[in-house]
Amino acid sequence: MLSMNLEGLEMIAVLVVVVLFVKVLERFGLLEAGYDDSVEDELELSAVRHRPEGLEQLEAQTRFSRKELQILYRGFKNECPSGIVNEETFKEIYAQFFPQGDATTYAHFLFNAFDTDHNGSVSFEDFVMGLSILLRGTVQEKLNWAFNLYDINKDGFITKEEMLDIMKAIYDMMGKCTYPVLREEAPRQHVEVFFQKMDKNKDGVVTIDEFIDCCQNDENIMRSMHLFENVL
Amino acid sequence: MAAGVAAWLPFARAAAIGWMPVANMPMPVAPSEKNKRQDELIILNVSGRRFQTWRNTLDRYPDTLLGSSEKEFFYNEESKEYFFDRDPDVFRSVLNFYRTGKLHFPRYECITSYDEELAFFGIIPEIIGDCCYEEYKDRKRENAERLMDDQEDNKDAKLPNMTFRETMWRAFENPHTSTMALVFYYVTGFFIAVSVITNVVETVPCGSSPNQKEVPCGERYTVAFFCMDTACVMIFTVEYLMRLFAAPSRYRFMRSVMSIIDVVAILPYYIGLVMTDNEDVSGAFVTLRVFRVFRIFKFSRHSQGLRILGYTLKSCASELGFLLFSLTMAIIIFATVMFYAEKGSSSSKFTSIPASFWYTIVTMTTLGYGDMVPKTIAGKIFGSICSLSGVLVIALPVPVIVSNFSRIYHQNQRADKRRAQKVQKARLARIRISKTGSAVQSSAFLHSKRNGLFNEALELTQLPYKINLSDQSSIDEDQRLSKSTSLLESQHHHLLHCLEKTTNHEFVDEQYYQQSYLEAGMQNYPSRSPSLSSQDGVTGTCCTRRSKKHHKPLPNTSAPAHIPPLKHTHQLGLQELSTIHIQPLSTSRSSLNMRVDEQAPLNCQSSQITTAIISIPTPPVTTPEGDAHLPAGPAHQNVVKVSAL
Repeated sequence: MLSMNLEGLEMIAVLVVVVLFVKVLERFGLLEAGYDDSVEDELELSAVRHRPEGLEQLEAQTRFSRKELQILYRGFKNECPSGIVNEETFKEIYAQFFPQGDATTYAHFLFNAFDTDHNGSVSFEDFVMGLSILLRGTVQEKLNWAFNLYDINKDGFITKEEMLDIMKAIYDMMGKCTYPVLREEAPRQHVEVFFQKMDKNKDGVVTIDEFIDCCQNDENIMRSMHLFENVL
Repeated sequence: MAAGVAAWLPFARAAAIGWMPVANMPMPVAPSEKNKRQDELIILNVSGRRFQTWRNTLDRYPDTLLGSSEKEFFYNEESKEYFFDRDPDVFRSVLNFYRTGKLHFPRYECITSYDEELAFFGIIPEIIGDCCYEEYKDRKRENAERLMDDQEDNKDAKLPNMTFRETMWRAFENPHTSTMALVFYYVTGFFIAVSVITNVVETVPCGSSPNQKEVPCGERYTVAFFCMDTACVMIFTVEYLMRLFAAPSRYRFMRSVMSIIDVVAILPYYIGLVMTDNEDVSGAFVTLRVFRVFRIFKFSRHSQGLRILGYTLKSCASELGFLLFSLTMAIIIFATVMFYAEKGSSSSKFTSIPASFWYTIVTMTTLGYGDMVPKTIAGKIFGSICSLSGVLVIALPVPVIVSNFSRIYHQNQRADKRRAQKVQKARLARIRISKTGSAVQSSAFLHSKRNGLFNEALELTQLPYKINLSDQSSIDEDQRLSKSTSLLESQHHHLLHCLEKTTNHEFVDEQYYQQSYLEAGMQNYPSRSPSLSSQDGVTGTCCTRRSKKHHKPLPNTSAPAHIPPLKHTHQLGLQELSTIHIQPLSTSRSSLNMRVDEQAPLNCQSSQITTAIISIPTPPVTTPEGDAHLPAGPAHQNVVKVSAL
């Protein structure tokens, strides 16, 4: 007759055996585990590929010639074979031009300025549209674009905080080794100067009209708008 | 700058328009692209196989053969193509390097032919991409080792003037060199065998005479065994002394494993001679005789396989250590469990946990002697778990050890030292090159400030006789130098210069930054001239080195010209010409102080506009070696400083 008087350790032994048995069953899939396994196999199967619109359409929409579009696309596709740039790649590319500083913040703002439809990636059309404005647009369009860049939340006003963010991003690109030594207040002071110049009615924000007016009256800015015209 | 990213330079420059409304100062002139050709395809005919690519692709690396004007030597007028009489298969990799910026090493390629092609086309192998670099290095090392082996074999030919000592040492190390060495080799081997057999036979019980109990042979034929032992030890001692004499580095020889084995083998005999037949020490004496068995290790000099085995065990030390550690853990766990499981049962052999160790070891290695068996149910369950897990734990590291052994055996014991040394050196070299790659960009910008901006100033003036030159030849040199920087470089530098203008700060190199940082703490800047303060609201600190002009708009400025030509009168307001301040790399504090003083009187004059060019001798620019991506500008003696006052 089986003695039901199990000793303590024998109880543990039995428990161990039972646990092992359950585990073996689970391994063979005969017993469902209590928790749902996270779907780790849900890989991103979609390696996104994007094909741009045809050459004729792009020619019509932008101010580039056919040849220029070809050159642009070749360079674009070489660096981003999938046809679109996401923010990480964009930051990496832009950072290569400024080895001494940290260009990621400014690249982030730039990315938002190029990504006009705000879908998180810059396709070749976005890229070329942006470039068309910057290189071949009228001064009005360029200033519009710059305003759009500064206006981080796209509400039509540039506040001091937005400008400060932009300024800090620009100063970050300089890095540490500058002459004169970069101080904490430098961006802030620069923002003050900017607002003094641009904010005509002193209401603390710069609207698009104030911005364009002021820029058009500034010789330096006007002249520099034509600086990169022969880039391509 | 990576080759592919060069295609994005127009984008980066266009995006710089975002800085323009923010900047307070005018921007520098964009580098003009004189004679900008339409990009054309060029044909490279390599031993009959034609490759085509854009000319710009090849221009990305101007200091290689294909990127520089050196390829013009290979231009074939009749067929309008560049003909190279080289291997077309390797050329594929070379051309892909230009296209993608990464150099790959194909596995099927022979390492020497690849190296030759790279040398021909002026590409350094260190820029092979990470994906192929290990393979390349491995093959190169194998090749080098093979070459060294060949050399060593040649060394066996007897060199004319070797001392007696060196001859002896060679004879010991390599018995095949002479007959004497071979004889010596076999004699020692024979005596080792004899000695070992003697030790063994000593303990065998010999036939006994009826009135005595069984005695081992050693005690029956004491004298004979003693003579045998003495003879062996004599031979070993003589051999050891001869090796010691012949060794090139006695100290190193004495530390080597083989010599320690030799010493351990012969020492017990001498100690035995010295010690008396004292009863107290006889126990220790017996222990010493055990060490005689180490003579068997002397065979490793005679057997390559034994050496490899020992070497394998040494190199698998980590696996063996893991095995030992995991076994120990398991032993302790199971022994504890078994002890408590068997505690209840009567007449249990498991008297303590250490006593259970023996059971656990025997069970885990599946020996199962049966001298200790569990009796309770719990004990049996845990015992079975113990034996199952033992199989697993022991089986795991064994294949690793086995594969190690076979690898080493096939390689015939290449020294790890050689491998580690080369890898370490090369790794450091690559780290250095990649680090200087980024440093090179920034220093290239600072470096080109000297050349490029000076060139701009020249373009502005357009009237050479208005310039006060101290040294005509330096101008020509600088012109030539600036032309050698590619268009890409100059555009990139222009971009960086625009950023400088936007933020009103300049890029400087590390040393200068640290110096000026210290200086800022220590020195007060001399008082500014009034003209500086007007536009200097941004930086706040005094820039004695920059003198900015209060600019008045020129009524007759033509639109495209950025900065109108410099006029020598002071009636027309002048467009502000930025001070092109060049920081020389010399870091002596005294020279800095000197420059400050030098410029202070100049700054005071605000009305007269003069372009003065001061040339200051500086040490040559130290661009880091091995930068394959920039033209190696010759070190030039004069740093030119242009300042508009």
